[in-house]
Amino acid sequence: MTQQFAQEIEIKPKKKGVFETDAWKRFKQNKLAVFGAVLLSLFVFVALLAPVLAPYDPYVSQVNELGTYDVHASPSADHLLGTDSLGRDMLSRLIYGARVSLSVAFAAVLIATITGVILGIIAGYYGKWVDTAIMRLTDIVICFPVLFLAISIATILKPSIFNVMIIIGLVSWTTMTRLVRGEVLRIRETEYIEAARAMGQNNLIIMAKHILPNIMAPIVVQATLQTAEAILTESALSFLGVGVQQPVPSWGNMLNEATSILVLQFKPWIWIPAGLAILLTILCINFVGDGLRDALDPKTKKT
Amino acid sequence: MKKYIIKRLIQSIPILLGITIMTFAIMQLAPGNPMETMINPKISPEEMQKMRDSMGLNEPIHIQYFNWIKEVVQGNLGYTVKTGQPVSELILERLPATLLLTGSAFVMAFVIGIPLGVYSATHRYKAGDYLLTVFSFIGISIPSFFLGLGLIFIFALKLGWLPTSGMLTIGADYTGFALAGDYLKHVIMPATVLALPTIAVVMRFTRSSMLEVLNQDYIRTANAKGLDKNKVNLKHALRNALIPVITIFGLSIPFLFGGAYITEYIFNWPGMGSLGIQSIVAREYPVIMALNLFTSVLVMSGNLIADIMYAWADPRIRY
Repeated sequence: MTQQFAQEIEIKPKKKGVFETDAWKRFKQNKLAVFGAVLLSLFVFVALLAPVLAPYDPYVSQVNELGTYDVHASPSADHLLGTDSLGRDMLSRLIYGARVSLSVAFAAVLIATITGVILGIIAGYYGKWVDTAIMRLTDIVICFPVLFLAISIATILKPSIFNVMIIIGLVSWTTMTRLVRGEVLRIRETEYIEAARAMGQNNLIIMAKHILPNIMAPIVVQATLQTAEAILTESALSFLGVGVQQPVPSWGNMLNEATSILVLQFKPWIWIPAGLAILLTILCINFVGDGLRDALDPKTKKT
Repeated sequence: MKKYIIKRLIQSIPILLGITIMTFAIMQLAPGNPMETMINPKISPEEMQKMRDSMGLNEPIHIQYFNWIKEVVQGNLGYTVKTGQPVSELILERLPATLLLTGSAFVMAFVIGIPLGVYSATHRYKAGDYLLTVFSFIGISIPSFFLGLGLIFIFALKLGWLPTSGMLTIGADYTGFALAGDYLKHVIMPATVLALPTIAVVMRFTRSSMLEVLNQDYIRTANAKGLDKNKVNLKHALRNALIPVITIFGLSIPFLFGGAYITEYIFNWPGMGSLGIQSIVAREYPVIMALNLFTSVLVMSGNLIADIMYAWADPRIRY
């Protein structure tokens, strides 16, 4: 009898894979989101395979037939996107730049998301003075324009890739905190949370096991959109010379040379490709983020 | 209403205090003692020593903070490291240009964004709506420096229609309309760069808010009565749809002031933003910190005004 019962239990519906869910179907219908996802995967692929794909070493100045450094060469068969002021191959720097720009953005978003989620859950779950304290802190940080705050801190600290990641992460957690807090407030009073609390469940476990999984959808969407912003901030910092430092290539610092009118007017190959790379990456991330929002949370209207 | 305004004002006191604490804390990260830069370097060494003693440079940090606040409240934002010029003077000199630029961009964002949003909502799922959707995505995605460089490249360097930089033609002695025209020619590119992301956001926000209103019963009634479609859209729907758009007022202010740094730098606009970037290059920490303090207080006031406007426009809202 018990054995038969056990067998019956095993006939559960098979757990659906990611590609069979309704969310995936909704995502697939959004053409812009699919376009963004495909192009973005391509960029990530290029970044991962940079050493294989790059035709030259991005740090080495190239020498031409005359034996001099091939400075500011225009695009040719040898150098598809030309060379920069030190004679380095622009295509190779663009490919390696993808690595730097994307990894800085991912790390920064990871920091911002972890900070924002933890603060948001604590504020929403405990309420009272804890909530007030955290939300006031958020109100204060939100008053500082993100970009200039990041620039100021970057100027004071020693410029390095790790500092750029940490700075961007630490100035951009506020939106996530507000979002997560709102979501927690919404589900804090639901029966299953109350039940868990009535059973004497540990607060930490309630937050991590019962609340967090139920608010993952908006967190994923916000983290995606935050990645776009992180790329924008990193490129702006590097463009201004306080972010990723030469000789390490980043899409932002590749545009730095274009502040000279001569380069801007007569050597567009120096700045247009890197600028387009930033624009396309951010555009694709925003497409994907928008598609994810529609797919994961059909209740919220498309804005 | 009065009660709400007072409540909001009281709420902003701890935020203001927090802003000063945060600025002070960041200042502590900078090399050298930040309090040293608060002393006028043009006074005699004896007076300087006296100032140092009175400011308590060897006191614990919270005493230093209170001394610093006392100076800030009196309008002393410190002195520049290199020229010894008062920072507050420097900022006030640059403030009008920044207000002009951000003001122009602000007006542009709403004057262009709202009609586009209305068009998008009333032509939902038509070609124009899709086109505007893609446009708005590009608007929020394009880095300001790339757009700025691109515009200079096309309109100033290739076509020669607009000046590459500055606010007014240097040396030209325009008055009246000629002056306004000269200003317009200079402002159009930086204001476009600064406004574009906000135009996109205002447009999307107006669109969704408008769609929500268009679905309501009173609009259906108006349409059923056979009222003119345009009249219904513009008079009955838009008025209510615009209320939530006021929140964008508040949200756009930090964005515009933050964006002004890069935009002013690219177009060599003589405002606070280019001052900020110059100070970064010159490592003028007192100026950088004063600008942080100044812009964040501006942003806070902007949010406060937006909140009050929101409560005024929609009496249902009181938090």
